[in-house]
Amino acid sequence: MGLESALGEGFLTTKLDAVVNWSRANAVWPMPMGLACCAIEMMAFAGPKYDASRFGSEVMRFSPRQSDLMIVAGWCTYKMSHAIRRVWDQMPDPKWCVAMGACASTGGMHRSYGVVQGCDNFLPVDAYISGCPPRPDSLLNALIKIQDKIKKEHTVLLDK
Amino acid sequence: MATDTEFLSRANPTFFKKHQKAYVKSLEDKHTTVEVVSDDPLETKMVLNMGPQHPATHGVLRVLLELDGERIVRNKLDIGYLHRGVEKIAENKTYQEFMPYTDRFDYLSPYSNNVAYCLAVEKIAGIEVPDRALYLRMIGSELARISSHLLWLGTMVMDAGAVSFFIWTFREREKIYSIFDNFAGHRFTVSHSRIGGVASDMSPTAVQMIKDFLDFFKKELERWRSILDRNRIFVDRNMDIGQIDADEAIRVGLTGPALRAAGIPYDIRRVAPYGKYSEMDFEVITRLEGDNLARYYCRMEEMHESVRIIEQCLAKMEKGPIRADNAKKAYPSKDEVYYSMEGMIHDFMMTDTGVCPPEGAECYHSVEAPKGELGFFIQSDGTGHAWRLAIKSPSFANLQGLEYILDGEMVADTVVLIGGMDPVMGDSDK
Amino acid sequence: MNISEPHQAIINDLQQKYPDKVLDVKEHAGATVIVRVNRDVVHDVLETLYNDHHFIYLLQVFGTDRFTSENRFEVIYHIFSLRDQVRIFVKTWLEEDNLVLPTTTDLWKAANWQEREVYDMFGVQFTGHPDLRRMFMPEDFEYYPLRKEFPPLGIPGSIQLPSTTPDTEED
Repeated sequence: MGLESALGEGFLTTKLDAVVNWSRANAVWPMPMGLACCAIEMMAFAGPKYDASRFGSEVMRFSPRQSDLMIVAGWCTYKMSHAIRRVWDQMPDPKWCVAMGACASTGGMHRSYGVVQGCDNFLPVDAYISGCPPRPDSLLNALIKIQDKIKKEHTVLLDK
Repeated sequence: MATDTEFLSRANPTFFKKHQKAYVKSLEDKHTTVEVVSDDPLETKMVLNMGPQHPATHGVLRVLLELDGERIVRNKLDIGYLHRGVEKIAENKTYQEFMPYTDRFDYLSPYSNNVAYCLAVEKIAGIEVPDRALYLRMIGSELARISSHLLWLGTMVMDAGAVSFFIWTFREREKIYSIFDNFAGHRFTVSHSRIGGVASDMSPTAVQMIKDFLDFFKKELERWRSILDRNRIFVDRNMDIGQIDADEAIRVGLTGPALRAAGIPYDIRRVAPYGKYSEMDFEVITRLEGDNLARYYCRMEEMHESVRIIEQCLAKMEKGPIRADNAKKAYPSKDEVYYSMEGMIHDFMMTDTGVCPPEGAECYHSVEAPKGELGFFIQSDGTGHAWRLAIKSPSFANLQGLEYILDGEMVADTVVLIGGMDPVMGDSDK
Repeated sequence: MNISEPHQAIINDLQQKYPDKVLDVKEHAGATVIVRVNRDVVHDVLETLYNDHHFIYLLQVFGTDRFTSENRFEVIYHIFSLRDQVRIFVKTWLEEDNLVLPTTTDLWKAANWQEREVYDMFGVQFTGHPDLRRMFMPEDFEYYPLRKEFPPLGIPGSIQLPSTTPDTEED
């Protein structure tokens, strides 16, 4: 998108922005980092009753190279945190992260030596979901919030 | 000739260096009494890491496989990626405060973990539970068993290739979730069973929901069995894979359906009955082959037996109190708490001090969780906090067995074998 | 104390074979029978139980920190006899400066991971164990978590978090 230096923020780039953001928001493919009980609710979120594919998340891509959104579901231990960070680094931009459940957001009820008190200690999280485990409706709500966040991005007009 | 330091020198980890090196070294040292003398000029040996993040390892399980072509020569399991020190947490909480943690062990069937813990505390403190509560607990446990086996079926068959089973079993699981939502208040980590009884009674709507679910589920189970039982592809993928005979299964310490599929009819519901299981009429499903297909049959038929148990419970259940009525042993009902002074003080004392078992008492109680024998060993020091709570988790023992079973299998069968053993990492990594 | 008949027979047999080494017998609710033996004969007692009384099923090995000045730690073996359908717990007390026990992996292969867990959580060394590594915590971790002096929240700096700048593919 090399038009930005010539045109500046104008009609063409905001329309291109809108098109790009619209297509990105409606095809958010999650990468489930399903660690514990929240993973079961995440599977239910992909299951038949709370269908995630009607929101665009058609497949749960387990490969980080092919996904946009990482859903950290469950408590992260110190031992696992390195693997999670490595997987996050392998995801190509643009990428977003959702901390699902109390344990991923802040350590939850597990206030002990093995659990990282919140995965935002080593990951940049975009949406936090409360609940233990949160209902799949909450996860759908978070997905919609991520979609709203994507639609506000400026991708064509990049800062210099 | 693969030298000792060959893999070690190529491994260059960037974090937890000592841990990674020790892990690879233990893989090389495995079976050191067996002489593996093979010239390997084409370098067919490789070490494959099925890492902690993997779509088919059922949670965060790491498997180091040394492969010779497609065959697994040696393997080592690395667990602990979900270790939160729950036994340490238990030493700082009262017995009732610890209830939600028990949900999160085997998070596929939280109700049975609740029941196991409540039974252990009731045994050490000497609390009598009324009959209706026992029946409600049994119904909850058997529904949890069906739910856990449904998820096992969905994921194992999905890993073997038939993806639509995942959707069908999840549809049934959603019905069970609605039942739990109705009578226990939450979809799946319920904490419904309380020390001294259960938290709340079951309304007639919930009973009707259970009956409707069972009627539909029996037919659905028959339909699935007709698709899978004699399916050429499924049987070929599972027959004679991961075979273990009865002696080896006992020595390695397997438990649950994996042990019963090897020929040992060890079921806690028959060996040391708890609740009202001694009055129930059900079979202990045992198979003799010990391979993955036998484990599949065991679990499918166990679902059938669970349906029978629930029907018997619903028929035998009578009206009555659902919690023990002792001020020092169980929480009062919410009506009492809101409308009488004694109830409020009683509630406060129970939350503050909690149930106090006798000092120096040590007691063990186990139940038949869907994965195997789940037991709690409690050592009490006379206060409301446990001094030591040791958890016997079934997945820990089964994963140890998996390490023995995987040697000699093809790498493509790893996924099916992990599915057949059905480990839950929250359970094994306490 | 009401100890059931099969348990009493086993205890009598042990007291006969190891006089003065069977130190204490406790029971609870008639079902949980705990036999405390001297640490020198633990392996022999377990071998007797394995061979003579058919205790071929090892369910769990775990430890406890009693937090007393003498005999601080205890290790408990939980075994089940299939022939007699009897469950028994064999325990032994260890001093803090001599945390060594012989391994029982020659009797039950199931003891392998169980003893590793006791080593990880309490620091008890098992001589003759084929693979004594930590079970749950990574090898770099230097403490023994389930000891009573270890704080529940852990010790800051004892275990590393990943760096938030991604490493490039240099090496």
